[in-house]
Amino acid sequence: MKNVRAHANTIGVITLSVVILVLGAIDLFRPGGLRFSDLTGRVVTTDTMIRIGILTIVVVGLNLLMGYAGQISLGQAGFYALGAYASAILTTLSTRHGILVGVADQWWWPWLAIVIGMGFTGGFAYLVGRPIFRLKGNYLAMATLGMGIIIYILAGQFPEITGGYDGLTGIPRLHIGTFKLWPMQRYYFLVWGAAIAVIVLALNIVNSRTGRAWRAVHSSEIAAGASGVDIERSKLRALVISAVFASLAGSLYAHFQSAVSPNPFSFRASVQLVVMAAVGGLASIWGAPFGVAFVFVVRDLLRSRLEDVLHVRGSGYELIVYGVILVLIMIFLPEGLTAGGAKLLRKRWRSAAAGDP
Amino acid sequence: MPRIPRSKLARIAAIIVLTVAITALVIGLGSRKNLQPKHYVQLILDGFRGGSIYALMALGYVTVYTVTGIINFAQGEFVMLGALISISVYNMPLPLPPAARLVVAVGSSILLTTLIGIIVERVAIYPARLSPTVTLIIITIGVTITLRASALLIWGADPYVLPAFSTLVLEDHIFRFGGVTLQAQSLWIWGTLAVVLVLLYVFLEHTITGKALRACAVNRRAAQLVGINPSRMSMLSFGLAAALGAIGGIVMGPVTRPIYDMGLMLGLRGFVAAILGGLVSAPGAVVGGLLLGVVENIAAGVTNPTYKSVVAFVIMIGILLLRPQGIIGRGETGGEQ
Repeated sequence: MKNVRAHANTIGVITLSVVILVLGAIDLFRPGGLRFSDLTGRVVTTDTMIRIGILTIVVVGLNLLMGYAGQISLGQAGFYALGAYASAILTTLSTRHGILVGVADQWWWPWLAIVIGMGFTGGFAYLVGRPIFRLKGNYLAMATLGMGIIIYILAGQFPEITGGYDGLTGIPRLHIGTFKLWPMQRYYFLVWGAAIAVIVLALNIVNSRTGRAWRAVHSSEIAAGASGVDIERSKLRALVISAVFASLAGSLYAHFQSAVSPNPFSFRASVQLVVMAAVGGLASIWGAPFGVAFVFVVRDLLRSRLEDVLHVRGSGYELIVYGVILVLIMIFLPEGLTAGGAKLLRKRWRSAAAGDP
Repeated sequence: MPRIPRSKLARIAAIIVLTVAITALVIGLGSRKNLQPKHYVQLILDGFRGGSIYALMALGYVTVYTVTGIINFAQGEFVMLGALISISVYNMPLPLPPAARLVVAVGSSILLTTLIGIIVERVAIYPARLSPTVTLIIITIGVTITLRASALLIWGADPYVLPAFSTLVLEDHIFRFGGVTLQAQSLWIWGTLAVVLVLLYVFLEHTITGKALRACAVNRRAAQLVGINPSRMSMLSFGLAAALGAIGGIVMGPVTRPIYDMGLMLGLRGFVAAILGGLVSAPGAVVGGLLLGVVENIAAGVTNPTYKSVVAFVIMIGILLLRPQGIIGRGETGGEQ
């Protein structure tokens, strides 16, 4: 059984990598002037693909936390913001403050900043989680909710450090030696490389001792504790891992936009991340990219097409559809669109094969 | 668990030291802005006004949480619906004098919002009642998004106003006591809170339905065994929470400018108030709401209004870490392991 699953995961990783490579190559070389966005009727562009890749990294982390460890975070955008701001502040030190001139101009400095951001965010998550997990029940939801909003508000203050509500601009592009990871057709490969690496890492964690401990805690804390699982530490590990992933994604976002401001890290963003995780399936690593892509495509389609059909303007209808989809999925397909949908199809198929009407 | 007197003494000492430190900090910050005692009285009065709304909302959270075990993130949207529906009804061209129009507006707004609360429970919550907490929380978030977006479509993105209850125009009566001002609407708000509390007390203590609701809150399975229908109680709790939210939204209509997205921050603050009160206690919710209103108003007054919501969430995290059973709770649920 285990071998079958491991086998399926390997095939999945290879398939995803090939698809990503082919799509990226189309845009990089443009055979016959063909662009990737032409294939999708301009709905999905390279820009969208990069955003999907970045958020996939965050949502994979949320999957581990919500689906496996059974804890909900309503402030994941806060961790995402910490990563983005860590990169933004550290890489603009020399241009804004004249500190570390010489060091901060090296090509490896932004990469080091990403790692520092991940370390800082992970440590921060540890400090938040440690006292919270001593309590029973889902108190993490409330603590992270408050934390996310505090980070969002503070990011808009302190103009000398965070740039205030206008944010920071002039974040340099990433380089490897002298090779510039830009235009975005190149950056695409970095983002999706990171996303696939995170997916592989998550798949391995889920099938490791830690992952089994999470599942045990999720199904019964008492039974898990009696079997020698350190419940507190196991939940804490999930939170820290998800925060580190979010921070990595935040850094990639900062270098992609070349600017950060508090706006994309609001409570709404945290909610949207939870929606993506829920659509993809809470306990499904593979669902993550699909959940993110689904939300993106539905939103863009609704924005562009619904206006044409219904002659309405504004983002109201789009948001209603969003909310209704979320409720429907949670009621009818709690395992998410991918896993739940596949299960539903299998059931149909099996009953059809058995000759049931 | 018997407490060792010494640790109790240390705890009391810590509380005293903390209180003195915070008071000193407040006065220190206030003196930098040249605040007089009358300014503090003003801040406290206004804090009680906002706190009354938080108290009404916290009661809504507590009602739903104790009966169904769900944290209903849509609570703030009920406040928004209450406020906006009452304004729309009030502005309808009914052949009635303004005072009667206001009464009709208040009544129909509470009824409609209660109905919406019940529909939400039947359509979105009840079918998924056996799901894990994570799923239920996400469902209430979905409901929140849907309600807010619907409000955007119906009312647009502009703020509205409801006339002050005493004067029936935008200008309210203002009482002045030596530099301290008090709007007549504040009295309406406090009066409403008092009436709601009395009605709630009578309902919960002296009617069969209310007693059934409380039984369900104490122990759902035992309540079911003695013939209480938990499905009806779940529906009732959502209806009651929606009504409480609507009442809060209506009375605050004249002092704020109701807008479609007001529910988010209000709802979160009401939730902080509920946490302050321990999430399972109605008196706790009221004390928590009033306290939060006063504390955040003073904090914003001596520093900077942007920090108002930061204060609320810092308090919430502090309470979760130090006293998860709430400030006046005794740790019935959610206590330490």
